[in-house]
Amino acid sequence: MQASSVEIRNVSKFYGPFQALRDVNLSIPPGKVTCLIGPSGSGKSTLLRCINFLEDYSAGEIRIDGRMIGYEAPGRRMRGRALREMRRSIGMVFQQFNLWPHMTARENVAEGLIRVRGLSRPDAAGRAADALAKVGLADKMDNHPSRLSGGQQQRVAIARAIAMEPRLMLFDEPTSALDPELVGEVLHVMKALAGEGMTMVVVTHEMGFASHVADQVAFMERGELVGVDTPGRILHQPEDPRIQGFLRTYHERNSF
Amino acid sequence: MDLLQTYGPALLRGFGVTVLCWALGTLFGMTLGLLIALMRHYGPRWLNWIIQVYIEVIRGTPFLVQLFVLYYGGPLIGLRLDAVPAGLLGLTLYGSPYFAEIFRSGFRAVAPGQIEAARAIGMSEPSIVRRILLPLSLVSALPALVNFSIILTKETVILSIITVPELMYQVSRMSAETFRFVEANLVLALFFWGLVETISRLGRRLETRITKHLLERT
Repeated sequence: MQASSVEIRNVSKFYGPFQALRDVNLSIPPGKVTCLIGPSGSGKSTLLRCINFLEDYSAGEIRIDGRMIGYEAPGRRMRGRALREMRRSIGMVFQQFNLWPHMTARENVAEGLIRVRGLSRPDAAGRAADALAKVGLADKMDNHPSRLSGGQQQRVAIARAIAMEPRLMLFDEPTSALDPELVGEVLHVMKALAGEGMTMVVVTHEMGFASHVADQVAFMERGELVGVDTPGRILHQPEDPRIQGFLRTYHERNSF
Repeated sequence: MDLLQTYGPALLRGFGVTVLCWALGTLFGMTLGLLIALMRHYGPRWLNWIIQVYIEVIRGTPFLVQLFVLYYGGPLIGLRLDAVPAGLLGLTLYGSPYFAEIFRSGFRAVAPGQIEAARAIGMSEPSIVRRILLPLSLVSALPALVNFSIILTKETVILSIITVPELMYQVSRMSAETFRFVEANLVLALFFWGLVETISRLGRRLETRITKHLLERT
């Protein structure tokens, strides 16, 4: 598997007068795990969604393996076909899973293979089965999402993304909607993926995951990227008072 | 009994025409409505504005008037249609804005995340509409679609005034010739009741099928 790199340069985003991203710079090296942390509303999900252009950005550029996403040149929008081409190699996992409820787990995974990769139905079904086996759901293939737990649904969503053989995976708070006892199974699958050398960008509140799996952690607040460094230096010896403050509230909330 | 022997075949034929007009009018109206809803969903703003005018005009005028304009006014602009095609076109145009609004609210009921998930893996918009947006919007739109289709059955009687030989037309003829207004209209009522009952049964069955897997969502 070939892993992508992402370069984010001077990216800003406005919602009307509100500035959601302020001149963000971040390098995401290939094959590494980057965690985005910070308080809610700090712009981490917005930044993540800019990387596959589900959200457009107002200024700056985001390059994936050197190619800018969303714009042909600054100010000139990319055509649909070119954008779809780029998205094919970027997998995304959402907080709310976003599985298609009218399809079984296997159909959810096969859909993109058929419509986007142009695989035949039997080939797609076979690959979907492989992907589902990989996330430990070989026995749930024919279930509809309504018959799966949250953790299982999120694993199907991960299988749906990895079946497309992406070179970059984006995770938008993948465990935030899960009951605590189901978080582990999803993180486990993500760890395995990281172990295979996938480039991963993960917006998360799971400091344990960030601490153990991330190669770098970026802290955001009010649309600004405050600091990016190794997990040790961001999570254990932060220098910026804003990061210290955030971690203090985090620890207070999680202690009993 | 003599009455039935004399007028039975004509009434049956009329009922056939009614069902045909209803079925085709609903099919075409729904299709046009879907196209309108998609244009509003994806199209530019100026198109949306034109569509809105169309919707207001059609919804704001009686079907009877629209049909008159189409059938008797049409030839003035070179649109010469026989009664049945004119009636079908009328029904199609009349139903389309209502169907469009039903589809539009159906689209809005689909969680944006499910569309985003499809975009994120690189699906094209036509695929997304066909595979994700439409099936999921039907879940909330189907009852309203069935309901409006039922309303349309009763609009077909208006086609009789432009001489479409449907049930109402035959019933009027029978009552004019025999003065048996009660019997004639009783037949009309029975036929319609049967038709509506059938449609709503089919609708319910379809609904159960479509929503089967969508219950107990987390």
